[in-house]
Amino acid sequence: MSGSTPGTRRPDGATLVVAVILAVIAVVIWRDAARLPQAGGYAGVGPADVPRWIALGLGGLSLWSVIEAFRSGKVEREAQNTGPILWIVGGLAAQLALLTTVGFSIATGLLFAATARAFGKRNLLLTVPVGIAFALVVYLIFAGLLKLSLPAGPLEDLVWGLFRGTPA
Amino acid sequence: MNTFDFLLQGLSVALDPMILLYALIGVTLGTAVGVLPGIGPALTVALLLPVTYGLDPAGSLIMFAGIYYGGMYGGSTTSILLNTPGESASIVTALEGNKMARAGRGGPALATAAIGSFIAGLAATVLLAFVAPTVVKLALVFGPRDYFALMVLAFVTVSSAFGESARKGLISLFIGLALALVGIDQLTGQARLSFGVPQLLDGIEVTTLAVAMFAVGEAMFVTGKRDAVDDEVIAVKGSVWMTAKDWARSWKPWLRGTIIGFPIGAMPAGGADIATFLSYAAEKKMSKHPEEFGNGAIEGVAGPEAANNASAAGTLVPLLTLGLPTTATAAIMLAGFQQFGLQPGPLLFATNPQLVWGLIASLLIANFMLLVLNLPLIGLWVKLLTIPRPWLYAGILVFATLGTIGANPSPVELSMLLIFGVMGYAMRLYGYPIAPVVVGLILGPMAEQQLRRALSISQGDLTTLVGSPVSATLLALSALALIVPLILRARGKGAVLNQLASDED
Repeated sequence: MSGSTPGTRRPDGATLVVAVILAVIAVVIWRDAARLPQAGGYAGVGPADVPRWIALGLGGLSLWSVIEAFRSGKVEREAQNTGPILWIVGGLAAQLALLTTVGFSIATGLLFAATARAFGKRNLLLTVPVGIAFALVVYLIFAGLLKLSLPAGPLEDLVWGLFRGTPA
Repeated sequence: MNTFDFLLQGLSVALDPMILLYALIGVTLGTAVGVLPGIGPALTVALLLPVTYGLDPAGSLIMFAGIYYGGMYGGSTTSILLNTPGESASIVTALEGNKMARAGRGGPALATAAIGSFIAGLAATVLLAFVAPTVVKLALVFGPRDYFALMVLAFVTVSSAFGESARKGLISLFIGLALALVGIDQLTGQARLSFGVPQLLDGIEVTTLAVAMFAVGEAMFVTGKRDAVDDEVIAVKGSVWMTAKDWARSWKPWLRGTIIGFPIGAMPAGGADIATFLSYAAEKKMSKHPEEFGNGAIEGVAGPEAANNASAAGTLVPLLTLGLPTTATAAIMLAGFQQFGLQPGPLLFATNPQLVWGLIASLLIANFMLLVLNLPLIGLWVKLLTIPRPWLYAGILVFATLGTIGANPSPVELSMLLIFGVMGYAMRLYGYPIAPVVVGLILGPMAEQQLRRALSISQGDLTTLVGSPVSATLLALSALALIVPLILRARGKGAVLNQLASDED
């Protein structure tokens, strides 16, 4: 995965970040556990104990990561294309924000187009309609035939209306 | 009744036309996702969980198992023709299989993979039928402490025994365990780590986590690579049929692959990919033509492909008899059982023999379906490989979000999908394994429950955990599985373990 080149004195930043994240999760779990009533009963082990042990484990792994970061030194990693990744994140965020207002097909069609863009299909005028059509077919199969509850918007209402003969 | 009677009874369930249809859908989908890069059986089962909620439990579970088997068949096609493994248990197949395809022997490579998968799948499913009742008898004497010890062993082997680094595996596992804490405590009803968000009280959905890490994280990882080049698909030239010499060189590796694969799948010792690496190493050592390895030796395709199917069947032993998943796919199948209110384990064999034996018998039939799908119809699957990547991944993400929205159409659920997706991407980027997170999320609450039960019985005395011979042995094995690899790596012998890195399926 990653080629390590020890020799430089600087610690590995990524591993240090991991250590910090683990420490934060450990503290959050520990504080949450402290709030729980101790109801261990006969076991002497209540709802707060296992979280505490996991928090201790995370704390230990955090320390291990700090040591590892300094021991291994800076690790060179392949540079990443951030643009396409942001397109996917953006597509998911757009779907999340729009889902309940515009319905499944349009919101998911935008995700489709954004993902296609991330993988190199740049022509949004083509990919957005294709995506919406594809999502609508998926909607009709899964919501219509398999009775999955998917949020409907104006487009879905229109199509249902056409099926029933009268607008909904 | 003995195993034969049960199997016959199971066959009567499995031959029901509806059940046959479920099995056919399962193996077809499984082959498709096995063939397609970037989507594997674990993800597919996760996507189907919400869709199958209202369907027949037996049929759905048979479909899931069919997907698992089909994925093992289909993966070989991609490895051989594209040199990009369709799923992790076919990485080894690419080593020799792609060389064979380049030399114009793609047909025989596909044939030995399919027939080897068939023989191994059939033999291992029969083994499953005979081993399972014995394990069930053993499991009946297991107490909570023994189950806890078994889960600890599974945690260690899934996370840290193999792979690049024990630290990274353990971090993944503990992230899974931490996520498993979210929600209402099963024994006391206390809300933990839910921060007043009502959607979090039910805990984190396995579907959401698996879909986010496998689909969203994978898509980001693939598109983020700078030097992404599409490998060309090598057309299958000449006959798909194997020559007499191919048969002579294949049958022993098929059997050896089965013998290696089944126990590895059956023990909590990691997934099918580990079995394929061991099988490849064994074939290389035993071959009369070691010089051909690396240049397209048919044994190097036959053995590992048999091993991964045998291992998939083996995985079902602990899953069905103990409720213990040892791979990501098995973990998600366990979630499938739970969705229908079924808890795999010794009791299931007593309370629901129709379902268990119907499932096992269906898998025998599924193997015949898969042989037909993967030899005469191989051309269809090759066409799947020509789907352009933008459309393929856009489609995958549509289905990924469909699964999540179908399970719970709330912005909270989709936010989690996004957050875990980014987390999955970061974990892949920095070499942290994904499977331990999923296994930790599913097994974590079960392990906690067994631990607390064991401690209630002993009134808080921790020594009870090593008080039975079974639990003491299992915990000792877990300690060995944790410590020995650490020593090996410290002595610079980690390369072998690194090769055995367990990936998603």
